[in-house]
Amino acid sequence: MSETTTSKSASAEINQGLSSADKLELYRQMMRIRRFEERSLRAYQAKKIGGFLHLYIGQEAVAVGCCSLMGEHDHVITAYRDHGHAIAVGMDTKPLMAELYGKITGCSKGKGGSMHYFDPSNNFWGGHGIVGGQIPLGVGLAYGVKYQGHKGSAMAFMGDGAVNQGAVHEAMNLAALWDLPCVFVIENNRYSMGTSQIRSTAGPGLAERALGYGMHWEKCFGHDVYEVREIMNKVLTLAREEHKPSVVEIDTYRYRGHSVADPDKTYRTREEIDEYRKNKDPLIIFQHQLTEEGVLSEESQQEIDQAARAEADAAAEFAESSPFPTEADIQKHVYWEADHPDQRTSQGRLFFS
Amino acid sequence: MSELTYREAVRAALAEEIERDQNVVLLGEEVAQFNGAYKVSEGLLDKFGPDRIVDTPISEAGFIGMGVGASMLGVRPVMELMFWSFYSVAFDQILNNAANVRYMSGGLINCPIVIRGPANGGTNVGATHSHTPENVLANHPGVKVVVPATPADAKGLLKSSIRDNDPVMYLENTLLYGIKGEVPDEADFLIPLGSADVKRAGTDLTIVTYGRCVLHSLAAAETIAKEDGAEIEVVDLRTIRPLDIDTVIKSVTKTNRVLIVEEQKPFASVGAQVAFMIQEEAFDHLDAPITRVTTIDAPAIYSPPVETEQLPNVDRVLAAARRALKA
Repeated sequence: MSETTTSKSASAEINQGLSSADKLELYRQMMRIRRFEERSLRAYQAKKIGGFLHLYIGQEAVAVGCCSLMGEHDHVITAYRDHGHAIAVGMDTKPLMAELYGKITGCSKGKGGSMHYFDPSNNFWGGHGIVGGQIPLGVGLAYGVKYQGHKGSAMAFMGDGAVNQGAVHEAMNLAALWDLPCVFVIENNRYSMGTSQIRSTAGPGLAERALGYGMHWEKCFGHDVYEVREIMNKVLTLAREEHKPSVVEIDTYRYRGHSVADPDKTYRTREEIDEYRKNKDPLIIFQHQLTEEGVLSEESQQEIDQAARAEADAAAEFAESSPFPTEADIQKHVYWEADHPDQRTSQGRLFFS
Repeated sequence: MSELTYREAVRAALAEEIERDQNVVLLGEEVAQFNGAYKVSEGLLDKFGPDRIVDTPISEAGFIGMGVGASMLGVRPVMELMFWSFYSVAFDQILNNAANVRYMSGGLINCPIVIRGPANGGTNVGATHSHTPENVLANHPGVKVVVPATPADAKGLLKSSIRDNDPVMYLENTLLYGIKGEVPDEADFLIPLGSADVKRAGTDLTIVTYGRCVLHSLAAAETIAKEDGAEIEVVDLRTIRPLDIDTVIKSVTKTNRVLIVEEQKPFASVGAQVAFMIQEEAFDHLDAPITRVTTIDAPAIYSPPVETEQLPNVDRVLAAARRALKA
């Protein structure tokens, strides 16, 4: 059993307003991510999936807590460890798994892969492969929300490694300079690939870099979904009501390697991973919390788990039975104009093979 | 028609499109209060206010990426690079994000952004400020690349670029900003991207060119007409991608000789691609090998008189055209 105690954030106003059904839904979303990731790992090991697979296992409370607060004009963009966010914003797991398999039924029609999930209909703008490269885009989403006169925000997620990329700092300066409603969410899982924070990052901490831009900042224990919601609600309110950006550093941990093919024992110990699994697992912590609250019975916990496993299996079956794109699909979705020939205004050749 | 400088033509296109579409905004270094580093945006802040004409800090990766993100939401940003040479600082934002996001999302997202600014040598600013990246940009499927040579083309092509739903890279030239020409006034004066323009008709040699080299080529063609009695056809590509190769091929089938003139380093230049396509599609019409005038293959030299020689100029085009006519 873990050493969990009742979440100090359970009494926060944003959590007080949750019904039992809402709470179970948070738990269910975290479970769906966990089981989806485990199922995708098996598919990867069975060589059904190419390239990289950056699993979100261990970090579920972050994406679920943040995305549970989204309204109509709140947007999300993240890096390549994007499966959790995609599920948390409401994407169906079948096209997500099919994308991993490289199938035409994938959310990006087999063109993006694991690192490049998108769903504008759920305000989800990727899924980006270059560390920190998505952060200026996130500021652009915030700019767009403000320019179009909406009350909303953009949550720009990154890992702890991204705070040392120049584009991140340029973006932070712009957001602070122009009062753009952007929340910079640093998911600090302690390792940028295999390099620990102490070996990569100067200064007192990650969130503190906001000080240089006169920006509001917060730190957060990311293993407790209630605390994620409490802190994020505060900064999202600042963004929506006052167009004020913030930096939030959320402590979290990934159980798997940076990508699953990477060696995992060169930079951390098995004991460290086990310690997190045992004492800080976001699913276990929240399960205990909900049990204490009398919201979750062992029976309903089992049901949620089984349903999530069944959903992941169904997603894998869907992916397995879907067709691959064809060679004819390679040149689709390159240009808007080429995909809308009846509305094309340009002339000449767009393609050279 | 009005007689406008190239600079005024770009400004007119910006003003008309900002007026026409609430989603169009101009952002860049010194575009607002300073009235533009090259005065292209002069007066636009007064006319449209600080929400539409926005000064950015010197953060090309940050603000270009911001423009890409905003364009995904339906804003139509025109981003000014003070020099296209600074694109290297924003390379990831332009050529990973803007170029690829439509593809990687399986067509769910598009980026109606225009990135514009001058891209040329010849102003004695050394190698860091003299890049001509149209070949590098055009190497990335997903972006369009426009290089106008005249005031009329500058206006008509910029208006089309701003209305385009794909990311458009629009390359101007500081040495053209003061050049005057007749420009149509109509609000719907649009030149389609991907349409080349025969700037001078001829029968004896086709010069394929674009940008400021169009002016050198036209000057050389006039001299040769007077002194050598040969008539050179000058085809201005105007847009690099999409590419109007059909107009080039049509000219080649008439003249049977080709000289390419471009302000590009020779290796994997725009002209190298054009030459490949000409030999592939009009091999039997060629009476001689295709020749080129390019920038002499080295980083841009500072020394003012020598830089003139490093770049294509009228004398170099004249000499190459005479060789091509005799080959």
